[in-house]
Amino acid sequence: MISRTSAVVRWLATGATALSLIACSQGDARPKAASSKAPPKPYSRDPYASTYRAYPGVPTVVRNVTIYDGEGGRIDNGQVLFAEGKIVAVGQTVDAPTDAQVIDGTGKWVTPGIIDIHSHLGDYPTPSVQAHSDGNEATGPITADVWAEHSVWPQDPGFSRALANGGVTTLQILPGSANLMGGRSVVLKNVYARTMQAMKFPGAPYGLKMACGENPKRVYGSKGRQPSTRMGNVAVDRATWAKAQSYRRKWDKYDADGGDMPDRDIGMDTLRGVLAGEILIQNHCYRADEMAIVEDMAKEFGYKVIAFHHAVEAYKIADILKANGTCAAVWADWYGFKMESYDGIGENLAILERAGACAMIHSDDENGIQRLNQEVAKVLASGRHAGIDIAPQVAWKWLSLGPATALGIADKTGSLKPGKMADVVLWNGDPFSVYTRPERVWIDGALLYDANDPKRRPVSDFELGQPGSGDVK
Amino acid sequence: MKRAFLLLATMLASPAAAQTVAITGATVATGDGSAPIENGTVVFQNGRIVAAGAGVAVPAGAQVIDGTGKWVAPGFVAGFSDLGITDAAGVQESNDSGARTAPFNAALDVSVAINPAEVKIANERLGGVTRALIAPEASNSIFAGQGAVIDLGDDPDAVTRPRAFQFVELGEAGGRLAGGSRPAAYAMLRDALAQAEDYRRNPAAFGGREKDSLVKRGDAQALLRVLDGTTPLVVHVERASDILTVLALPREYPKLKLVLTGASEGWMVAREIAAARVPVIAAALADLPAQFESLAATESNVGRMRAAGVTVGLASTGASGGEHNLRQFAGNLVAISRVPGHSGLTWGQALAAITSGPAAALGMDGELGSLRAGRRADVVLWDGDPLELSSAPTAVWIDGRAQPMRSRQRALRDRYLVPTEGALPKAYER
Repeated sequence: MISRTSAVVRWLATGATALSLIACSQGDARPKAASSKAPPKPYSRDPYASTYRAYPGVPTVVRNVTIYDGEGGRIDNGQVLFAEGKIVAVGQTVDAPTDAQVIDGTGKWVTPGIIDIHSHLGDYPTPSVQAHSDGNEATGPITADVWAEHSVWPQDPGFSRALANGGVTTLQILPGSANLMGGRSVVLKNVYARTMQAMKFPGAPYGLKMACGENPKRVYGSKGRQPSTRMGNVAVDRATWAKAQSYRRKWDKYDADGGDMPDRDIGMDTLRGVLAGEILIQNHCYRADEMAIVEDMAKEFGYKVIAFHHAVEAYKIADILKANGTCAAVWADWYGFKMESYDGIGENLAILERAGACAMIHSDDENGIQRLNQEVAKVLASGRHAGIDIAPQVAWKWLSLGPATALGIADKTGSLKPGKMADVVLWNGDPFSVYTRPERVWIDGALLYDANDPKRRPVSDFELGQPGSGDVK
Repeated sequence: MKRAFLLLATMLASPAAAQTVAITGATVATGDGSAPIENGTVVFQNGRIVAAGAGVAVPAGAQVIDGTGKWVAPGFVAGFSDLGITDAAGVQESNDSGARTAPFNAALDVSVAINPAEVKIANERLGGVTRALIAPEASNSIFAGQGAVIDLGDDPDAVTRPRAFQFVELGEAGGRLAGGSRPAAYAMLRDALAQAEDYRRNPAAFGGREKDSLVKRGDAQALLRVLDGTTPLVVHVERASDILTVLALPREYPKLKLVLTGASEGWMVAREIAAARVPVIAAALADLPAQFESLAATESNVGRMRAAGVTVGLASTGASGGEHNLRQFAGNLVAISRVPGHSGLTWGQALAAITSGPAAALGMDGELGSLRAGRRADVVLWDGDPLELSSAPTAVWIDGRAQPMRSRQRALRDRYLVPTEGALPKAYER
């Protein structure tokens, strides 16, 4: 796991370098060439910028508590201090300022906030009426031009359930899987806001949602158009990547030499970002054999799959995933609901971990997101009964640092390391027990859920004044 | 051929079932709502529970199983499920739960389709599920058809009770199926029941063979059993107002034996449900306004209904292959008892909600769902608290017969514990 994480970090670092090069070419005035070519004008990479701001918190120290630090460490009877929105210190003892709020954590656990790498909250919000069905732009197999953030309804009641019942502090909202290239994802802090921009995780890279397998071929095959088969899926993908390479060449030349600005293509902008390493591929894929094909396709066109999502058969190819440095984001035990999920087993994540592949839990579900800790607990049990004994503190990586890494935000959140965002959950017991619930949840050091304080329980605009409004849910 | 199979199964199974088994020294959870008993004993013989609890004597000649450090509980009763009628629900060719273009509706009988060899049955059995209420899916009418109670045993005889209930959709789904509105659903319900009465009065004169007839003869026969109260009518509704409308139906049809399912706003009318003595099979953890008919959904729903005196079982949410998660749902209802403002269940009530509760909803708790004397011996030995996620069954008996602890999932797991290939392809490992 450690080496896999490093590989991913290395790859992300390459991506960041590419990003900074592009930024330079946009921002700096280039020396005027002798030719009469017009200097290049950049296009904005971030037109819907984050306006998120951390909410106020107070310096807080939690004492006498069991800590899973999210990086595989465990401290019994330890202490966590955070202030100014950041983790300050974690250890057996910490030096807390005298004005810090002190919380006695006896019998309780502290962990990093949970990060769900696969959510449709906001773009498939509840109530699940047709008017809210904003997750699949199912009008063509390639819709790399759509951005999930433009569908997100910040008032989705699902955000508060994920916070209060699930301890979820960060989540990636993806478009759906009807399409081969379904559009851009967005990473959000799990904080209610009036605008999507005010939820947007500052500095998080975009993702491109891709899908292989049954969904795209079913959706378009039933419309009598390509793709209607798995081979059609790959054919359409390859044709699109070939165009993207050409688009990238044109723009790279323009960025270097100026001249006539090439035509903008919003979808191709996204694919150019992928090829440049700035945008991360999040690939819905179930079957082992298909994941292997996608890995080859990525090599053919010079991109990288950061994570396969669902990855029901990942356990069959842990070695291939490991060799490619691709993570698997999986469910604990969903299986059998369609042909490509028929071989699901409860030990998937445990087998991946033992094989040294990068793996994590995910929900893809507005209910499952409320119990991701319990989903991991089920995996631990299945693993143990199969002879794979994984320590709980190691398994917490599947809930925080793993997804943070696959989202390119592990330098900011995902573990209780000094300097990172104070995204913290206090659990009222062992978080891998079915009898445990979140007691308090902090995001950037601000207390945004407190089980003991009805006023620290968000009520979305939609719920206000409706039957059951303000009730514990 | 089927008879030969059954005969063979009976011959093979009988000696094991006749054997008296005593599990001693375990924590015994009876499944009737009571608290677990430490250092108890469970005795079963001839497929039935003989005794369970503290101070139970081990009969002479019994096979004694040392349960020290373990827990014994009744197997879970999953409702409503599609085990045995779908191989993979999304694969239409393998799915017998709905009949979108069939001329029949209430007449549909899932018991003829149950396949005990369907792989999810063994998978879910290893998660502690021993019985399931199998419901058809409403596809071409508000009436889905007749559901069955099955066991998850490793034998060809799965059906415990065929035609155990009729399933009807009212609320939003019913409105959609009936033509676009709740009033249409109630018009369809009343008309269908009136046609059933027509059939009763004069079967020879009853049509039902016309192409556009909404009620065929078989449908009428099935609905007569509902009108007579011999077949419970399971009604899916969520909204509080819909629940009250359904509770009023017995004024028109006095013998109806109602069961509610869904009922995510049940807590708002819990006293009325209790007064009507209508049991509920509820989604345990529905807490989102998933539709406008469930705006007030909360995880406290089950606890509040139970506190008002409603008989409650937990639904397995229809997720095919997810039946083993019933214990997780039950455990969560224990957990919320510690959260201010929430209403949960005691541990004993939570176990009952996934064992005797669903059985009681169909009037079968005298037969299934607890370790009380005389009940079918569906017994699971756990390596820990059966509601806790770290626990797993170590032995399962259904009707007193020891079940094999293997499944297709276990076989896949064992094949890929080491993912890399050896000297031969994986296809040679089994």
